[in-house]
Amino acid sequence: MTLDPTLAAIRFGTGRSPRIPDPQGADAMLAALAGQDRMAAAYPIPAFTSLFPAIAEIKQVNDRRRAGTASKADLDRKSALRRELQARQWDLTRQTLARGLDTDDGLRERLTWFWADHFTVLGKSTDTRAGVSIFAEEAIRPHVAGRFSDMLRAVVKHPMMLLYLDQSASVGPNSAFARTRPARGLNENLAREVLELHTLGVGGSYGQDDVRELAELFAGLTGNAINGFSFNENRGEPGPETVLGRNYGRRKPKLEDVEQVLDDLAVHPDTARHIARKLAVHFVSDQPDAELVAALEAAFLETGGDLGAVTGTLLAHPSATRPRLQKAKQPTDFIVSSLRALGMTGQEMAEMDPKAFKRLVLRPLEMMGQPWQNPSGPDGWPEEAEAWITPQGLAVRITWAMGLQRHFGGDMPDPRAFVATALGDMASEQLVFAAGAAETRGDGVGIVLASPEFQRR
Amino acid sequence: MTRKATFDRRRFLLTGAALGCTAAASPFMTPVSLAAAPWDMRLVVIILRGGMDGLDVVQPYGDPAFAGLRGNALKVGEAAGAADLDGFFALHPALAPLMPLWAAGELSFAHAVSTPYRDKRSHFDGQDLLEAGTADVPGGAAGRDGWLNRMLQAVPGLEPETAYAIGREDLLILKGTAPVANWAPGTRLALSPQAELLLNRIYEQDPLFHAASEEALRLTGELAAAGSLEDAGPDMAAMQSMMEAATTGGGHLRVAEFAVNRLRADTRVAAFSINGWDTHRGQSQGLGRALAQLSDTILALKLGLGPVWGKTAVLAMTEFGRTARENGTGGTDHGTGGAMLMAGGAVRGGLVHRDWPGMGEGDLYAGRDLMPTADVRSYAAAAMRELLGLDRATLEDAIFPGLDMSGIGKVIL
Repeated sequence: MTLDPTLAAIRFGTGRSPRIPDPQGADAMLAALAGQDRMAAAYPIPAFTSLFPAIAEIKQVNDRRRAGTASKADLDRKSALRRELQARQWDLTRQTLARGLDTDDGLRERLTWFWADHFTVLGKSTDTRAGVSIFAEEAIRPHVAGRFSDMLRAVVKHPMMLLYLDQSASVGPNSAFARTRPARGLNENLAREVLELHTLGVGGSYGQDDVRELAELFAGLTGNAINGFSFNENRGEPGPETVLGRNYGRRKPKLEDVEQVLDDLAVHPDTARHIARKLAVHFVSDQPDAELVAALEAAFLETGGDLGAVTGTLLAHPSATRPRLQKAKQPTDFIVSSLRALGMTGQEMAEMDPKAFKRLVLRPLEMMGQPWQNPSGPDGWPEEAEAWITPQGLAVRITWAMGLQRHFGGDMPDPRAFVATALGDMASEQLVFAAGAAETRGDGVGIVLASPEFQRR
Repeated sequence: MTRKATFDRRRFLLTGAALGCTAAASPFMTPVSLAAAPWDMRLVVIILRGGMDGLDVVQPYGDPAFAGLRGNALKVGEAAGAADLDGFFALHPALAPLMPLWAAGELSFAHAVSTPYRDKRSHFDGQDLLEAGTADVPGGAAGRDGWLNRMLQAVPGLEPETAYAIGREDLLILKGTAPVANWAPGTRLALSPQAELLLNRIYEQDPLFHAASEEALRLTGELAAAGSLEDAGPDMAAMQSMMEAATTGGGHLRVAEFAVNRLRADTRVAAFSINGWDTHRGQSQGLGRALAQLSDTILALKLGLGPVWGKTAVLAMTEFGRTARENGTGGTDHGTGGAMLMAGGAVRGGLVHRDWPGMGEGDLYAGRDLMPTADVRSYAAAAMRELLGLDRATLEDAIFPGLDMSGIGKVIL
């Protein structure tokens, strides 16, 4: 069985569109993924360095404030910078979602969302919240069809991750730095999550000693939103350290030793199993077929973690091409695919008034249980349909879908046509009937979007 | 004396229920109270996600080894503003608003407690195990249930409104075959009759959507009838007002308010969570924020419940404690033994339950964590036994499989 175009758009893309044809099967999707990243060019997201000037200036004001020399103008300037950084987060959010509306390479968006969730970072302060989109752009997106080890290296060296999981504050207890500041020492947060969440998985073959030794290897990694990433030998723990039975480094801490342990973790059999299962669960089913997981695991191991090859295996596997829709779309996916089906363009999204954007997208996401870029922990969002299709969550989805008339006004499509636009031949007879039997266009469109067929993938 | 008599009568009633009398069959239940639970007591369980540092919240400042483990960035004891509880423990300053409850005998703690989870120190497995109430990490999503749901399973004939899972997340602790209600404050669902009819029809083909929409429609109806909802039209305006309600600050207070409204009516069990306990760095600020939410929540419950507070026990539990030593970044890392909080007019307060393990070098678990000396589940079990009249065999076999709750002191008045 090959991947049907409608299913390809729904299961592996950002949904069907009246403007953009469905991808013509697995090969077409993979070819697009191997080609140019046109959406990144159309809706650019700037480098992390673009945040530095504003954040550095805020820090100067804070320093003056602490010294008691900050003027009223300083504080006003700081507030303005803060507002500007906040606005930038929403600009980047609109850029990110606009890509999902316009793309004919939806697999790239979906893989970026998946991997950005696998390597969840949060902006811990207003200043760095815009950094979450930038992190995905810099550390995730370039590698979604590349090598897992390259993505892992990029993630662990990205200041957003170093800040989020407290690595930037950690110092080797026997480092040169700690000799003069004996209160300073290790923080094992990032090391633990790299093993538990990012590579081996919680069932993997590591113990507390491995967490500790990995944290010691990581001690020299520092990064912030003013100077970016650097490896600080002074803060590094003199080695060697033993992780999973292998020694890394010597007395003098070096970045190469960190890269070496990451490369080893990236191709570890436990990592292959963990990633294989996560991909199958995310894209196909909360209870994936064992053969699918095994096929992905084998592809990962055989290619040393080539994510393009692993993704190819996923799209070609019989259990990924079966029409039964088993997953529930997460709220972001639901909202983007709804707006895409309604024909909204990326340009319209990118230029949407901030208040309208909040009303149409941000608040509904929060109410549906997925506040934008703000999951409760580094494990990201839950996968199970039961976590999303709760009474309270579904109530919000229905209310949102039935209220879209308010936003689209006279541009609402005829529900009888819309059911085909949104779902092709995946719509049930009952839904086709219901779309035509609704009292208003708004209700008819709302019913299509609120249907199980549309909310599953 | 009056109070004691009331409690005895209540216990008698409860025993009847636990023996298997349905509400309808109980001679103490009038037909009018059919929708209500077979008991009058209220149980609130708060899951503290992230691993609360029990050693900072309830500080064992009387342990001579404690000061040597903390004190760089994490100042402890009365000198740092903590309030003495019993000469050995002191309460974190951010919980000072709860000191009147301590004085009134409405607040207690259990210390050096943990779930059976050991060594991997993962939040996510730790929380799953805490909510599942089992000895091992539960398997995949399908077929898992939580201990509060299994408690409800032991009491036949309950209405779904007896127990509420509150908030936007799916709470494992209340999942299972016993019917419960799931809702988040501020949620509206209003449909034209025709749209409702059509949606019902298309949801019939998908059991998950069908169950969720049925419950959503039923709860919106009931909540509206209970007067806690405005009449909302099926448009963006309604959506807008519900979104506004959800995004202004104080979400935890809206959860508490919602719980109060339910618990004052037919609801007897409520569960929700408070996040923000994963204090790897800058713990003195981070923990203070989380504790302020916990303290606000408990005070809001007490205030809102009014006379019902006297029949209420609030249990606040976390997935694990944190390292005995503070780390090198002014915080603490994932540990093992920790503390649990109990509050309410029904709670036997003014004490810290513990079998203190000591904090000397050889006393720590794996050389780094507070050694757990009691299973945190035993305190939840004891609370349910004393509050709701559940028998020990049900608690140790069905609700918390494999639990041995012997040796746990009285936790409820």
